[in-house]
Amino acid sequence: MKPAYSVIFLTTLIGAGQGLFLALFTQQSYALFGQLPMQEDGFYGYGSVLVLLLLCGGLVASFFHLGHPERAWRTATQWRTSWLSREVIVLPAFMGVVFLYATTHLLGWRPVLITLPSGLEIDLSIALGVAGTLLAFTLFICTAMIYACLRFLREWNSPLTVINYILLGGASGFTLATAFAAVIAPLQANFFGGWAIIITLLAFVGRSASLFRNSRLKPISTIQTAIGIKHPQIVQRSKGAMGGTFNTREFFHGKSEKFMRRIKPGFILFSFMLPLLLLFLGLSSASALLLGGAFIVQYSGLLAERWFFFAEAKHPQNHYYQGKA
Amino acid sequence: MTQLALVIDLNVCVGCHACVTSCKEWNTSGSAGPLCDENPYGADPTGTFFNRVQTFEIGQYPNSETLHFPKSCLHCEDPPCVPVCPTGASYKRKEDGIVLVDYDKCIGCKYCTWACPYGAREFDEKAKVMKKCTLCVDRIYDQSLDEIDRKPSCVKACPTSARLFGDVHDPESEISKAIREDGGYALMPEWGTHPANHYLPRRKTKLKIHNDELERADNPLKVDGLLPKPNKNDPSMDDVSAW
Repeated sequence: MKPAYSVIFLTTLIGAGQGLFLALFTQQSYALFGQLPMQEDGFYGYGSVLVLLLLCGGLVASFFHLGHPERAWRTATQWRTSWLSREVIVLPAFMGVVFLYATTHLLGWRPVLITLPSGLEIDLSIALGVAGTLLAFTLFICTAMIYACLRFLREWNSPLTVINYILLGGASGFTLATAFAAVIAPLQANFFGGWAIIITLLAFVGRSASLFRNSRLKPISTIQTAIGIKHPQIVQRSKGAMGGTFNTREFFHGKSEKFMRRIKPGFILFSFMLPLLLLFLGLSSASALLLGGAFIVQYSGLLAERWFFFAEAKHPQNHYYQGKA
Repeated sequence: MTQLALVIDLNVCVGCHACVTSCKEWNTSGSAGPLCDENPYGADPTGTFFNRVQTFEIGQYPNSETLHFPKSCLHCEDPPCVPVCPTGASYKRKEDGIVLVDYDKCIGCKYCTWACPYGAREFDEKAKVMKKCTLCVDRIYDQSLDEIDRKPSCVKACPTSARLFGDVHDPESEISKAIREDGGYALMPEWGTHPANHYLPRRKTKLKIHNDELERADNPLKVDGLLPKPNKNDPSMDDVSAW
């Protein structure tokens, strides 16, 4: 497949946004149960503003993917069958909840909704945080299922796709939260950094598993099943067009084998290895600069990872254009 | 329930691309707007087509065969491109099974092309919507045309009658008989899309003549003489025949 930059930015930006929100609310949940000190409203409020900026960036990027963005409202209609439609509904819903969560904190308006028998007070921001957490995970599932549900794109058609979207988004979000905390609330940086390291390690395992799986996939469709001629030797002599078609542009990444071999260790280094190193160094030296660098390095690694994710998928229609491949 | 479909006979397709050009001509001239081309006379021409003929070489020379392979939307009975469409622009008609795109609802997200294993859909780079074969839905029901013309444009154009059109659910239709009797098959059956369009395989037509058939079996004693000479007044060949 040809990776579309709009979709690469959409999925990586909202992934980091969702991860950051989950990080913020994880800290607030710990604080609710007295495991960590509750932070000032500004910490959660401005953190959520950062989440909103990332989500808006992703949303804007997604519009560049559409031929008719003015009709985008129609995409909310087919939620019964289409994961893309579900994503289009969940993303604004999540943004709305994050906006309210940010507002309750920034305005300091957190009325207590219920008091649990143990004396724990559940205020509005906690309720919104729970709703936002559920929506963040739903959004991860919707985004990943857009790809995982396509059964003949076998590189994507696996539960690992969903797991990796959650883990990769979570890793970048928690790394960003670490850098954010290092600036706003330095005492919390270790908490976020610890989780960022754990999730980045898990993401490394998950992504390695999918790379391993995909490298051993045996194609189900062949040129023989594509044209129904059972002969071992079939060569395409004409593609039915001289100057290329939509099919030759959309389904081939157009990069060399060598490039594909090089980008793989490249994104592993930038998405996992270097961020882990920078997180470790940043936390041990309490350097916001190194932690910010960890996020930037990891995000750029994830851009390459997402590019590879799309490019790696081999569409069965390519059998009809093997002359190109 | 009706399921309109094409059957393409690979045994007689000669790869002349008449179906491609007549499809383009009909479908670029309709009320749905043109099938846009870019650079049509330049070095790198490209454009939107519903139907293309590709050519494959099977086997190794000298034991090889050339296969011309026309492919358009197969109008799957279980089309994977339809449920993924976020706007409902992609749909399958209940009454005749044709898979269509509503160009006024399509947002051009291209997700349906990812979901089609056959590469049957093409994005129109100028109209910014997805386009695909309509089985000439604006033609096959047109009462103002003679009944013989109410067929897809490609079917009408094919000089070797390699393209048949009809209802694949009617066991007595021409195409159902062709599929049944000549070994019709579907493309990529492994994905369970149940394409309505079928292909008829290459078939060897051989006539074996035994030596004894070269002689008249009812003339065992070989006593046939030459035919009697015609009378000079009888009409000659030029008088009775136009050729």
